[in-house]
Amino acid sequence: MLIPCPWCGEREETEFHYGGQAHVAYPDDPSAVDDAGWAAYLFVRDNSKGWFAERWLHRAGCQRWFNAVRHTVTYEIAAAYPPGATRPVIG
Amino acid sequence: MSGWQVTPRLPDHPNFLWAEAEPKPAYDVVVVGAGGHGLATAYYLAKEHGITNVAVVERGWLGGGNMARNTTIIRSNYLWDESAGIYEHALKLWEGLEAELDCSIAFSQRGVLNLAHSLGDVREGRRRVNANQLNGIDAQWLGPEDVQKLAPIIDISTDVRYPVLGATYQPRAGIAKHDWVAWGYARAAHALGVDLIQGCEVTGLRREGERVVGVDTARGPIRAGRVALAAAGHSSVLLSTLGIRLPLQSYPLQALVSELLDQVLDTVVMSNAVHVYVSQAHKGELVMGAGIDSYVGYGQRGSFSVIEHQMAAAVELFPIFARAHVLRTWGGIVDVSPDASPIVGLTPYAGLYVNCGWGTGGFKATPGVGSVFADTIAHDRPHPLAAPFTMERFATGALIDEHGAAAVAH
Ligand SMILES: Cc1cc2nc3c(=O)[nH]c(=O)nc-3n(C[C@H](O)[C@H](O)[C@H](O)COP(=O)(O)OP(=O)(O)OC[C@H]3O[C@@H](n4cnc5c(N)ncnc54)[C@H](O)[C@@H]3O)c2cc1C
Ligand SMILES: [Zn+2]
Repeated sequence: MLIPCPWCGEREETEFHYGGQAHVAYPDDPSAVDDAGWAAYLFVRDNSKGWFAERWLHRAGCQRWFNAVRHTVTYEIAAAYPPGATRPVIG
Repeated sequence: MSGWQVTPRLPDHPNFLWAEAEPKPAYDVVVVGAGGHGLATAYYLAKEHGITNVAVVERGWLGGGNMARNTTIIRSNYLWDESAGIYEHALKLWEGLEAELDCSIAFSQRGVLNLAHSLGDVREGRRRVNANQLNGIDAQWLGPEDVQKLAPIIDISTDVRYPVLGATYQPRAGIAKHDWVAWGYARAAHALGVDLIQGCEVTGLRREGERVVGVDTARGPIRAGRVALAAAGHSSVLLSTLGIRLPLQSYPLQALVSELLDQVLDTVVMSNAVHVYVSQAHKGELVMGAGIDSYVGYGQRGSFSVIEHQMAAAVELFPIFARAHVLRTWGGIVDVSPDASPIVGLTPYAGLYVNCGWGTGGFKATPGVGSVFADTIAHDRPHPLAAPFTMERFATGALIDEHGAAAVAH
């Protein structure tokens, strides 16, 4: 799989480190979160069969984190964008 | 050649092991997924609990999922008491399974070595041996020379990238022929009245209020008193139709075989640190498991770099493998949980039961989980051996961490 780093362009997947689902926000008010809430935040991620926004680190390249929207069946990558940017609408 | 009258004729098909069923409008229990776990569950529901109005509904073909894609390693030498309980229960059932199912499954208790390559591995391995012995499970710690006695083709020299510093050894562990196991359970379940329905994808779970009352399928709705999910890598997809999110991520896990070779290895060797696990099948091919992809995927193939990485480690550990050839590789979608332990039991919906999260290591559990899950469904409460494996453990913190020193488990 070739992954398009927003800064370096397409590179072989072995240059990258996977960071799991993107756009998972740290709780706004941590002291208000109960055990079930923490379990959900720590352990539960989407496991989408289809388009999935996920984090990647270009470890053997520019060493920067970014997000990509990838299809988990075809492995097509429809968008790669800097952290902090909103998820593009795909499909 | 004129004058020749050739009538092409295939030999007769051998007797079928079971008959394909058409879905009936309703069953007492619908099991989703005809892998080893679903088939074993249906069998024990019928055999142990007298619940025979059961259908096993399968999207593809029976045994076409991970059940006949795995590297067939069976062992029970897990660290924690909870795991020892369910895996040793399974191993005891394996030991009587050929008689139980009245068919051959080529179960071979040839022992399993789990190699240690670092001080961390050694400590974890010794600790696990002690824990196993306290749980009455056969386990020994072996030094490098004893490892080589059992597997003379292993390189135990010290100047390699992953030196063999020792190994845990479970003599009662081994392998079995995975497709025969699936067919054995299928045949036995069918004989007890279970309907086996292939080519019938479950697309949704039907509910009335807080109760699940059936499934929607590609061939129409089926009502069910109880619905039991055994869909391995696709469990999240099914549960998401009810808005249930489980701590599971699905990844392709790969394996490969060589051409047929003379017998060079009569035990099973696993090295979690370098992602090599190998045995030699009765026919002679080397069966090797690789690692999972690092990223979520439902493409049933897996990344080539994983195979390259695995081959490099295998050839270093077994130098003579450099002369063998990779004949074919394949992948299966495994559902991995945060603590490398399964999720088995009840759900927030009455009438819905889950069995998932077995990840890279659920083949060995097949008879054990089948019997325990069937009991859970029949009595609508967790079987004592399944009780620790609830989804609530992620909130209570009572995790059952079986990653071991190398942070992987198979
Ligand atoms: C390469 C590889 C090597 C492995 N090696 C080992 C090993 O050495 N030892 C070990 O213990 N374990 C091993 N495993 C893990 C083991 O194979 C699995 O944990 C186990 O097979 C899972 O249970 P199962 O047999 O029921 O799964 P599966 O056979 O995957 O059964 C699930 C079934 O559900 C069906 N399904 C999914 N969605 C639907 C739907 N919507 N409707 C209807 N049906 C559906 C699927 O088609 C599938 O047939 C390995 C796995 C792989 C992939
Ligand atoms: Zn880069």
